[in-house]
Amino acid sequence: MTEVVAQRQSIRDLLAAHPFFADLGDRDLDLIAGCGQNRVFRPGQVLFREGDPADWFHVIRRGRIALGISIPGREDLIIDTLGPGEVLGWSWLFPPHVWTMDATALDTVHVIALDGVCLRGKCDDDPALGYSLARRFAGILSDRLASTRLRLLDIYQADPHG
Amino acid sequence: MADPMTPVRYRVAAKHQETSDTWTLDLRPLAGPIATPRPGQFTMLYAFGRGEIPISVSGLPGEGSPLRHTIRAVGSVSEALCALVPGDEVGVRGPFGTSWGLERAEGRDVVMMAGGIGLAPLRPAVEHVLEHRDSYGRFAVLIGCRTPRDLLFLRQLEAWRGRFDVEVEVTVDSADPGWHGDVGVVTGLLPRIPIDPDNITVMMCGPEVMMRFGARAMIERGVAEADIELSTERNMKCAIGHCGHCQLGPKFICMDGPVFPLPEVGPLLAVRSL
Ligand SMILES: Cc1cc2nc3c(=O)[nH]c(=O)nc-3n(C[C@H](O)[C@H](O)[C@H](O)COP(=O)(O)OP(=O)(O)OC[C@H]3O[C@@H](n4cnc5c(N)ncnc54)[C@H](O)[C@@H]3O)c2cc1C
Ligand code: FES
Repeated sequence: MTEVVAQRQSIRDLLAAHPFFADLGDRDLDLIAGCGQNRVFRPGQVLFREGDPADWFHVIRRGRIALGISIPGREDLIIDTLGPGEVLGWSWLFPPHVWTMDATALDTVHVIALDGVCLRGKCDDDPALGYSLARRFAGILSDRLASTRLRLLDIYQADPHG
Repeated sequence: MADPMTPVRYRVAAKHQETSDTWTLDLRPLAGPIATPRPGQFTMLYAFGRGEIPISVSGLPGEGSPLRHTIRAVGSVSEALCALVPGDEVGVRGPFGTSWGLERAEGRDVVMMAGGIGLAPLRPAVEHVLEHRDSYGRFAVLIGCRTPRDLLFLRQLEAWRGRFDVEVEVTVDSADPGWHGDVGVVTGLLPRIPIDPDNITVMMCGPEVMMRFGARAMIERGVAEADIELSTERNMKCAIGHCGHCQLGPKFICMDGPVFPLPEVGPLLAVRSL
């Protein structure tokens, strides 16, 4: 379904230019690039659904992706959108390696898809690479946690007079 | 000078429903008007027989434009104001309080961050910058609200978004699949905005929690606290510094605020201790 596009610019260069991989050493970039490929998703195309195996993660270069959940008896709910400079998904890193949300392209989305199984193997072989990646994902998890907390406060409904 | 405690009579000229619980009232004076407000100031709106509450000016009067207020019905007086219909009378005192530092911001980049009803007091400031566009550097308006249904000033937002000289970003907490905009917290929009910490003024209005997170995110990006202004809300009664109702620490919001530079209110809003 997914179009694997011609690799005009090398995956390695694209990764090096992406904020998520900022300051990563040449060797690590080479290792990671070996697990990656360019992909393009059309508007409305589903990248994955809740419960699908999390074999890939996506480094977003262009376009936006909606993360949603289906609630039986209710219309689906979009709870986050991600765009250029962000990465989609950490479920590939942690067992049971299953997606916990649906992801849909909102417009034409260009990503570098990284093969999670390939990357996990490289991280197991090279703990320094594993640590460097885990630290980056921990940063994302911490940001998402802060944003979830903020939303739990339901700030816009709040009484400003406390 | 008019007695600041005596309401001036205005007539509701038009009423526009913004969201399920929020309305904008266009007001015209029955006789002489109040002094022209500056962006960020508020008036005390008096619903006859019900009471009086502080409401920010959401549209400045002038050249045929009415005095505008955007009101969310949350309790007795705000509900009474939102129930008014064209032709009804309302009392207006003011304008009161401090205004956004738009003169000080001239020549600099400006970022405005609004949450929920907080867009109302910022709207005149957005309009001011757009009307004097050459006097400012890059200009971004970041807006957050609960759902797409809670967005204020839809037509105006479209007009702002149609311009090439202002970046308008909107995000909601959650949305139905029909929404093609962003979903996430308003501070999540910040990484998209280029920030030159030496040449930026930030203006924020919204729930205090949003402003705390927003201010912290700006400080993390190197913005000086003195270059961040925020508009605070507290209950008010006299609006002229007499009753002490609006006290926030040593400050009286009605006189010293509602717009403050962050260093003056940050500790009171616990920005640094987050
Ligand atoms: C400087 C300033 C500017 C303001 N500008 C605006 C404005 O432009 N538009 C606007 O709609 N409001 C604005 N407010 C808030 C507005 O003044 C209050 O919502 C109003 O005083 C509530 O009075 P009430 O009689 O309707 O509700 P009350 O009967 O006093 O309160 C009813 C219930 O609502 C809760 N409540 C009170 N205020 C709020 C609130 N703001 N949000 C959620 N729950 C609340 C109370 O805790 C109580 O539970 C401003 C306040 C200040 C101080
Ligand atoms: S409202 Fe009376 S002192 Fe501020």
